[in-house]
Amino acid sequence: MVKYYCCAGLLKSTWDQVCVAFWQRYPNPYSNHVLTEDIIFREVTPTNCLISRRLLTKTSRAPRWMERYLPKQMASSAYIIEDSIVDPKRRTMTTLTWNISHARLMSVEERCEYRINPENGGWTEIKREAWISSCVYGLTRAVQEFGLARFKTSVTKTMKGFEYVLAKMQGETPSRTLAETATERARETALAAKEKAKDLASHAQKKQYV
Amino acid sequence: MNSVGEACTDLKREYDQCFNRWFAEKFLKGDRSGDPCTETFRKYQRCVQKAIKEKDIPIDGVEFMGPNKDNST
Repeated sequence: MVKYYCCAGLLKSTWDQVCVAFWQRYPNPYSNHVLTEDIIFREVTPTNCLISRRLLTKTSRAPRWMERYLPKQMASSAYIIEDSIVDPKRRTMTTLTWNISHARLMSVEERCEYRINPENGGWTEIKREAWISSCVYGLTRAVQEFGLARFKTSVTKTMKGFEYVLAKMQGETPSRTLAETATERARETALAAKEKAKDLASHAQKKQYV
Repeated sequence: MNSVGEACTDLKREYDQCFNRWFAEKFLKGDRSGDPCTETFRKYQRCVQKAIKEKDIPIDGVEFMGPNKDNST
């Protein structure tokens, strides 16, 4: 039993720019969970398409209820493969991404097609499909729902990451939204206050024994 | 971005720089005048494939775009 999901995305940059950005999207402020990135295969085919295989290591963020089902010695990072075909004649790029670790617990395959937006030649549309499945007895549905929810969050991060990298490439100063910056500042202030309070508390304790 | 093989990160960055330039300025413009990155790619691959073997990362045996063959589009 496989959960299927499909969505469309739009980037307001040319297909060429998106393809160039595709190879430069890590690191970006939304990809802190991506630890390593490597091209492990690449070739130009006789029909002049570029085929590549990229290996990514990502932090494995399973919720606590799922972690019980992971063998203790299983790595806390997940390995993901991304295959891609860039066709400069047809102006299409197709990618297929899937995890090669933790696959029995949960397998997520994502297929994307990047094309020129038919209504605006300066934009790129992305058709995204995902197949989510799990082989854990009794937990399949829960794992798939979790997988789907997390996938949707990843898609948002992916698009934001792309927009960030594209803005940088085009010489614009990429700015995280004001709301995000404000939230982050608030978080930092709260953390600093917490640390200070801890410090003061431990100081007070020490003073007692002097 | 780091390579999965810690020792390969510099080679990876050198290759990436070469590739990004070639990709944008030649490949996408239909220029087939050859790949200037072959040597840096070879050095990088030697290093990273070794690291992959050492870390036992299960990359073998999957055909290109393989897993999706069973899924209908």
